[in-house]
Amino acid sequence: MDTNMKNKIFDMTINVIIVLAVLACLIPMLHVASISLSSNAAILSRRVFIWPVEINLDAYKVVLSDSSMTKSLLFTVQLTLVHTVLCMVMTILAAYPLSKNNLKGRNFFLLIIIITMFFSGGMIPDYLLIKNLNLLNSFWALVLPGLISAFNMIVLKTFFSNLPDSLEESALIDGASYLTILVRIVLPLSLPVLATLSLFYAVGRWNYFMDSLLYITDSKLFPIQLKIYQIIYNNMQLEISAAEGTMASNLLPESLKAASVMFATIPILIVYPWLQRYFISGIMIGAIKG
Amino acid sequence: MHNTDIKTVADVKTGPKASRLSKFLSYMRDHYILYLFLVLPIAYFIIFKYVPMYGLLIAFKDYNMFDGIFRSPWNNFATFKEIFAMNEFYRAVRNTLILNSLDLIAGFPAPIILAIILSELSNQSYKKVSQTILYLPHFLSWIVIGGLAIQLLSTQSGLVNILLEKLGIGPINFLTEKTPWYITYTLFGVWQSAGWNAIIYLAAIAGINPELFEAATVDGAGRLRKIWHITLPCIKPTIIILLILNVGRITQIGFDRPYAMGNHLVNDVSDVISTFVYRVGLRSGRFSTATAVGFFQSVIGMVFLLAANYIAEKVGEEGIW
Repeated sequence: MDTNMKNKIFDMTINVIIVLAVLACLIPMLHVASISLSSNAAILSRRVFIWPVEINLDAYKVVLSDSSMTKSLLFTVQLTLVHTVLCMVMTILAAYPLSKNNLKGRNFFLLIIIITMFFSGGMIPDYLLIKNLNLLNSFWALVLPGLISAFNMIVLKTFFSNLPDSLEESALIDGASYLTILVRIVLPLSLPVLATLSLFYAVGRWNYFMDSLLYITDSKLFPIQLKIYQIIYNNMQLEISAAEGTMASNLLPESLKAASVMFATIPILIVYPWLQRYFISGIMIGAIKG
Repeated sequence: MHNTDIKTVADVKTGPKASRLSKFLSYMRDHYILYLFLVLPIAYFIIFKYVPMYGLLIAFKDYNMFDGIFRSPWNNFATFKEIFAMNEFYRAVRNTLILNSLDLIAGFPAPIILAIILSELSNQSYKKVSQTILYLPHFLSWIVIGGLAIQLLSTQSGLVNILLEKLGIGPINFLTEKTPWYITYTLFGVWQSAGWNAIIYLAAIAGINPELFEAATVDGAGRLRKIWHITLPCIKPTIIILLILNVGRITQIGFDRPYAMGNHLVNDVSDVISTFVYRVGLRSGRFSTATAVGFFQSVIGMVFLLAANYIAEKVGEEGIW
């Protein structure tokens, strides 16, 4: 009886903690979504918590009528797709040969790659390289510099080298080339890890902000993160001035800003449940290696 | 395995004293495709990783655009003397260390606790849904998180300040005053990463031999006791290795997070090395100075990383105790 009681208390405690943690994850998003959907009056009278009050879609109308927002979103989709495909091709091209233990020069090539995980030129030399290659303000400035993550490459290399050798050997005896083996045997066996790495590259590209801040000044090439940063930043200035008491409060920017944030987040929320089954297996593979 | 076969074939064909060249040619005939695969990736690393390392030379030169990196004159460490005399440089170093230490103190234990609690949940579908939601913040950009923070903490319409005022506290300027800003920065870091980082501990817990728990149950141990005497000791190696690796990264800091969360009112505490390099280099155009700061950080960072990896490997081999 006593242990039963203890068990119940324990179960209740952990359930309460998990519910609180889950709420903590959701509340910031629910609050911002509610602000974006509520009327000015409701926001001004501070009645908006985690559900919309006096539903009003004006903020979204404004955001969607700004053609630069939708263009930026489409540009980012295109950028993410191209980047992810090229990243995967390059990562596979590096990982497959390096997964062969008897490849002559393998350690040398691996060393070249692993050194870059520990030491790098840094922001300014990277910037000067892009500038000298005449890539400033170009699509490729956002695609090329991040093509291979050394870490992802090692994850994939480890996965390839753990595949049974016998499959490849029999194909080699039948006279198949390495290219055929890679495309027909190795890649089909690696679909889960390929999906996971693609997800990491794609989410990384979608979310990364610094390179666009450095390399892009032409507003036609603004990825969505840079675009919403500018909206948020301008409002940040407003809020600071209000805090200093120099400017009357105007709450319309609040809902506009909220709608912009939601605009950049909704694509992630849409694909997230669909993709999440892949990443657990992926991080496990990475964990075994790391 | 495959190329051992090839070598034997070559030996038979040309006799035991075959020249190394013909062996090499025969090897390459069979394996050249693998090297072709490597051409583009290696070219990528050389162009986008090693050329910038060469570019670090400008930290030691009076760089000007027209002469380029190679022909700009050496400046006898003047750049380094300059940065070591800058107050803002020390401020950036100090802030980087403080913010990373706060992350370590709050952000390191959080996923361990979360993983232990998640692993105690008995209802599997409930556990799965919670995990899915807890991982979600990891997939949001720092710009979006910065946007969420500004809204949530706004003194006018933000949820947090409305609730605090109902309790008779505040309003608190979480983003524009120094001490509250530290709390905001740290808590949003935990918010973003705790769920995701719990995955690795969950895996470690899943790998514990269930007989240990069964034996403890037979001996009458309660659940807290089992956590303390079985779960924690069993995941201790994982905890220690991750702790070492995290300490190894204490001098490194990303750009997006401090840039998105910071603003000019809290520059004193939010300006870290990465944002400092950006401001000095790209905003003021002092490329040599900014590169020297970056170089300094790269070298210190590399020493820390190598040391951490070395220790983690030692510890991993010897099994910690």
